[in-house]
Amino acid sequence: MMGYESHQGLEQAHLYASKEEMESLVLNDDAAAAVPPHPLSSSPPLAQIPTNHDSDTDPLRSSPSPLLHPQSQTQNPDPHSFILEPPSYADAVFRSFDASSEINGHDLSTSSPSPSSSSYSSSDFLKISVSDPQKEQDLATSLVPGGTSYFTYLIITRTNIPEFNGTEFSVRRRFRDVVTLSDRLSEAYRGFIIPIRPDKSVVESQVMQTQDFVEQRRAALEKYLRRLAKHPAIRRSEELRLFLESQGKLPLMKPTDVASRMLDGAVKLPKQLFGGEVVAGVVDVNEVAQPAKGGKDLLRLFKELKQSVTNDWGATKPALVEEDKEFMERKDKLQELEQQLSNVSQQAEELVKAQQDIGETVGQLGLALVKLTKFETEEAVYDSQRVRAADMKNVATAAVKASRLYRELNSQTVKHLDKLHEYLGVMLAVNNAFSDRSNALLTVQTLVSELSSLNSRIEKLEVASSKIFGGDRARIRKIEELRETVRATEDAKTCAIAEYKRIKENNRNELDRLDRERREDFLSMLKGFIVNQAGYAEKMASVWETVAEETSGYVKRTS
Amino acid sequence: MIPTLQRSGSGSTQSPRSPSSQEPFLSVSVIDPAKMGNGVQAYISYKVITKTNLPDYQGPEKIVIRRYSDFVWLRDRLFEKYKGIFIPPLPEKSTVEKFRFTAEFIEMRRQALDIFVNRIASHHILQQSEDLRIFLQADEQTMERARSQEIGIFKKKPADLMQIFKDVQSKVSDVVLGKEKPVEESTPEYEKLKRYIFELEDHLAEAQKHAYRLVKRHRELGQSLSEFGKAVKLLGTCEDNALGKVFSEVGDKAEIVSVKMQREAHHLLMNFEESLKDYVRAVQSIKATIAERANAFKQQCELAETIKFKEIDLNKLRLTRSEKLADAEREYDVLKADGEEATRRFEAIVQLMNEEIVRFQEQKTLDMGLAFHEFAKGQAHLANGIAEAWRSLLPKLEACASS
Repeated sequence: MMGYESHQGLEQAHLYASKEEMESLVLNDDAAAAVPPHPLSSSPPLAQIPTNHDSDTDPLRSSPSPLLHPQSQTQNPDPHSFILEPPSYADAVFRSFDASSEINGHDLSTSSPSPSSSSYSSSDFLKISVSDPQKEQDLATSLVPGGTSYFTYLIITRTNIPEFNGTEFSVRRRFRDVVTLSDRLSEAYRGFIIPIRPDKSVVESQVMQTQDFVEQRRAALEKYLRRLAKHPAIRRSEELRLFLESQGKLPLMKPTDVASRMLDGAVKLPKQLFGGEVVAGVVDVNEVAQPAKGGKDLLRLFKELKQSVTNDWGATKPALVEEDKEFMERKDKLQELEQQLSNVSQQAEELVKAQQDIGETVGQLGLALVKLTKFETEEAVYDSQRVRAADMKNVATAAVKASRLYRELNSQTVKHLDKLHEYLGVMLAVNNAFSDRSNALLTVQTLVSELSSLNSRIEKLEVASSKIFGGDRARIRKIEELRETVRATEDAKTCAIAEYKRIKENNRNELDRLDRERREDFLSMLKGFIVNQAGYAEKMASVWETVAEETSGYVKRTS
Repeated sequence: MIPTLQRSGSGSTQSPRSPSSQEPFLSVSVIDPAKMGNGVQAYISYKVITKTNLPDYQGPEKIVIRRYSDFVWLRDRLFEKYKGIFIPPLPEKSTVEKFRFTAEFIEMRRQALDIFVNRIASHHILQQSEDLRIFLQADEQTMERARSQEIGIFKKKPADLMQIFKDVQSKVSDVVLGKEKPVEESTPEYEKLKRYIFELEDHLAEAQKHAYRLVKRHRELGQSLSEFGKAVKLLGTCEDNALGKVFSEVGDKAEIVSVKMQREAHHLLMNFEESLKDYVRAVQSIKATIAERANAFKQQCELAETIKFKEIDLNKLRLTRSEKLADAEREYDVLKADGEEATRRFEAIVQLMNEEIVRFQEQKTLDMGLAFHEFAKGQAHLANGIAEAWRSLLPKLEACASS
């Protein structure tokens, strides 16, 4: 069982067991229940994100048979059904017959057809699906008893983007490859709001073998890759392309890319700055796994440098801080947003739980009334009992229907409000983008202060040297060396400043994009939520109105 | 057939006919709960208003003050006097101190007490009871005296009643299992009835339990909607003008919907859950009547046994021409009379019960029909309200989206 339903305990299972009971009792009534959306509703069918698709062309609605036999859809994600809308209202009603089809996380694009179509041209598409987990042996250890195994996933891509070599292709990748991809992207796209990859799991290897875990991971990977495909810059990146396309071992990052993006001026700095250490890592960029490490070590060193130089920031600092005010304001606002998002997300969880509870309880009431109906019918001696049993049956049927409606309402609510949770993830990515920026600034400031200290050393040496008649050869040589270092450091500083400016620009553009997309996403989330609530309420009203009508005779009698 | 005596609701609904008409009517209402006293001694008193044209009553209207234990007194007296009739049930004594004085509990109890008295007043036999008249008319002092007398003589201890229940229950299962005991009437129809009553109680209790939970769920959902709305509003403050406003409106709507849910929770409790509870109580009252019937049957059988032995003794005495014969014959006559009395009592119970069960089934169909109606109406009203509330937001959303 997919989705949140799989986390239910025995109670739910029990409800399903007796659901069969309910279904056999009320099946003929439900044929009537499968009505098209409320005739009075002016908006498109429930739960469908309305901005993109006209309800009439919804592929799921126009072909009823896949709805009534959803088995084919639910077992394995159809690799070619990339555009799968959230179910329409009528869809939801049909689905309630099939116990196994509730939410299929992998059927429905979670980076759903939401209106970020604004971020790329409408004819341009990159569709990814992740499926078919297979267990494979780690060749290095396969001969050793108890050798490690891992899972690979089939990643199928369909695209018309010209940079790719083909329009439909697939590769097998393992989780480790995804981590590599993610790390590369972090280095290559500093300042960008890059989707956060799925967590590495700190669980026992036993757990990692379970179907649940593998399925969770598969779904998470798919979500992640689809988010990457949505990002306007990343979807055209080499890294993603190689990941999706290259057969065999993952070959990520050409050396020159690493040098130009990550190590900018730093690679040209002489050994003294690093204490002669990491240069090897810096240069050794042919090893695909290395560059990330090298880059990070570099930053660490810069941080250490910062510690030793605290006094000489003075003059240059204002120039770098100036524009920051606007940035700081934006940053503060986003922090506030993150906090409120977290709060709403929590309340949303509570809401979902309350909806689930009420659905369960009204269902249990319905079942109790069904039992009572059966009892009265079997034991009936008087007609009044039979009449009562008939009334009770109507109420019981309505209660059971209401219970199903609550369940469907809830699964839709989960899907919509999940946006909140998604944006919490985005906020993490935003923080990363901000870190890139502050790291770049740190680099600049460190180089500036280093330059300052170098220059003052040169000054001191010159002063000392000038006191010696004829010059001090040792000192003069030293001064030359230092001047050499200064030139290199100047170059590095220039590069670092350029990098910093670039990252700031990336930040700004990305924040603008974030604001735009967030606005659209939130509006569509709210709309989906509201249409959902209203639609299901209307459906429930109609169910109860029927019963009220059927029992209206009693009011006249006893008044 | 139930004669056309007025059955009033929670207000004092007048008969459409004027009081001076020939039709006899008796209309009662229980209203105005008021807290009396302080601390542990505190209790709730109710106004009981009687409107009637019956000759024995002080008409046209009389108001008395009664408390819960007065109602209990009335119920107990009726139970004693009218064996065979299903005495209308009373709401339970509150076991949880905390809730004794909540507005909701008080209202539930008032409603139940009102229904209780009205059922008695509209029962063709019970309405003629002297105890009812005392209850409706006597001043508070007289009432109190009557109530305290009860404890000595008539009041059956709860333990006795429980034992009878247990006996009846075990006898039912014995008969079901085929272990017949001689002192138990066991006509197939009666067995069926007993089984029916006991099983019915179980089914009803379960339905009532879920109904009560449903009330709670409504409250919980209302609460979480309210919290959600507040959080959404706060989130709105982080967004720009138009979007922020939308969030704020969504938050407000959530609060409105939350209030609707709370209202329906109350409506559900008072109209549906209470009706189921009332049904359960009614069934329990029937069980008490069943116990009384078993008791009466036992007495009849025991007397019959005693009479048989006495006959044997008599014959012996006749043969021996003992001087004890005269006394024995007198005793025998007394016994015979007692035996006939016991048989009459038992048969009266049987007949009454037969009528009562028909009446009960019919009444319950009406009661539950109305309860179901209220339930469905309330749920439909809530759902429509919710749909309307949310739909009204959509234009604003559209406006924001297109701007």
